[in-house]
Amino acid sequence: MSGMDELFRENILDHYKHPRNRGTLEHPDITFEDANPLCGDRLRMDVMVKDDRIEQVRFSGVGCSISLAAASMLCEAVEGRTLDEVRKLSRDDMLELLGIELGPVRLKCGMLALKTLKSGVYGLHQWPGEDD
Amino acid sequence: MTAAKRDRSGTDQGRGDTLSARQAASSVGAIERPERGEGVPPPAREHPAPDGSTARLATEHPAQKPSTCEPDPFDAHAIRAQFPIFRAKRDKPLSYLDSAATSQKPDAVLEAMDHYYSNFNANIHRGIYGIAEEATAAYEDARRRVAAFVNARSPRELIFTRNSTEAINLVAYSWGRPQLKSGDAIVLTEMEHHSNLVPWQILAAERGIELRFIPVTGSGELDLSTLPALLADGRAKLVAVVHISNVLGTVNPVAEIARDAHAAGALMLVDASQSVPHCPVDVQALGCDFMAFTSHKMLGPTGIGALWARRELLEAMPPFLGGGEMIREVKLRESQWNELPWKFEAGTMAIAEAVGFGAAVDYLTALGMDRVFAHDRELAATTMERLREVPDLTILGPPAGRRGGVIAFTLDGLHPHDVATVLDDEGVAVRAGHHCAMPLHEKLGVPASARASFHCYTVPAEIDALVRGLHRARKVFAA
Repeated sequence: MSGMDELFRENILDHYKHPRNRGTLEHPDITFEDANPLCGDRLRMDVMVKDDRIEQVRFSGVGCSISLAAASMLCEAVEGRTLDEVRKLSRDDMLELLGIELGPVRLKCGMLALKTLKSGVYGLHQWPGEDD
Repeated sequence: MTAAKRDRSGTDQGRGDTLSARQAASSVGAIERPERGEGVPPPAREHPAPDGSTARLATEHPAQKPSTCEPDPFDAHAIRAQFPIFRAKRDKPLSYLDSAATSQKPDAVLEAMDHYYSNFNANIHRGIYGIAEEATAAYEDARRRVAAFVNARSPRELIFTRNSTEAINLVAYSWGRPQLKSGDAIVLTEMEHHSNLVPWQILAAERGIELRFIPVTGSGELDLSTLPALLADGRAKLVAVVHISNVLGTVNPVAEIARDAHAAGALMLVDASQSVPHCPVDVQALGCDFMAFTSHKMLGPTGIGALWARRELLEAMPPFLGGGEMIREVKLRESQWNELPWKFEAGTMAIAEAVGFGAAVDYLTALGMDRVFAHDRELAATTMERLREVPDLTILGPPAGRRGGVIAFTLDGLHPHDVATVLDDEGVAVRAGHHCAMPLHEKLGVPASARASFHCYTVPAEIDALVRGLHRARKVFAA
């Protein structure tokens, strides 16, 4: 597989073309917006929490296929999870979801959704371990 | 300002002049065959400015002798063979369409730097021994050549910096800080690179200075009808404008803007990062007060750039950075500054890079900047024509006749990053993002764009690869 075919695997393109959980929530318990200034990507995550679990999550914004597919995959993965579980999600977990290797530039695209969601859950701009 | 007036100072005129200059060119020193690692491109003769003031611009470079010989054709393939990056073995041939970000380097530049390091590497201006004197001579000779390249009155007006950004910051700190006070204004444009925006924002916040902006029209050009109003109250002390936009390729009539600025009592700074590398620029003809440009976009190494400024201004300005070399006499509590240009060159400078910068200027001079610009613009016109073949593609900026070799575009429904990734798979290197011009992208209503940009070594096959890749990108991401 060439680098491009590797990057744009079927599941990435599928999530990009048919995103899950895209949209906004009317009264979210948590809402957080972040941007990747290098790319002009902008992502917002809205979360409804019930009993410390993510009951509903929606993402909106603009971005490349990697950042939007990552957002779609992440939303799918965290629905029903506890906030504590979300806090524990790492970069490697996100890469595993994506199922691809990312170079230093595209890594920022792949991590924007996780960064936005965790920042929202932590209520911080910079979550612990972000720079690891 | 009337449309007709602006058209006259636009580049259509410049192009005609460029072509006639080409016809007048001689064949001395032409590339016969692209011998690798040697061969100097054909010499230059004239320095018409891109903003139409060609007639007044015959410069006094000794190298420029009119000749009646037939010109050599501009052979981009032969030039390309002198750039090692295009000879390197790789899976797919490299189509390098990101010269606006940084240019590739010819053998002549790399060899000049290597020659310095291998033969007379020593610190400059201090050593009494032979190789130190050789190094000093090479460094100062590079300054003379770079200064002559933009037709500075004296090499003392040419300060080496790290890059254009540092050159502009130097002006903001050493001229702006002492000169500007609360209530003053600085006039910028909406198409500035962050490097000609952020330094002024910092100064504005520090001193209570108002920033004003010449707006950009829908076609990606400056709306100069607004300039008189921006200058009317006499509070504007500086007008700082990009010569050629790094996103839109728009060639701005900076000589005309400089006249208006001066009439209103303001000084004029030109960000020439994209113009000096691509077309003839004559600071005296432009009539500006400060001009910034950088080596790495003009076939030279990274790590060195230049600020040109009128000598009277530089004499009056305090130093930018303090340290070695910029002083005449140092006591424990005070010092006297060195004379120009060294007053602004604190610490050990990028010596090898200066040597490389000088070699780059020689290389470009031999090519002829009028011919480099004509080549850029021909490619721009061809590319814009070819891009019409690609459905859902929008080109940002003015028509081919009014731009340099830069083409930014968007593809409906496709993020520029994804476009660039597919292109990369075809061996095509383009830039994707906001190209350090976020406010401009906001104005144009696009979050980001993809950009193809050219230099003297760009060949039509690279445009073919671009178009091929764009068709493929549409296929990959088709819903």
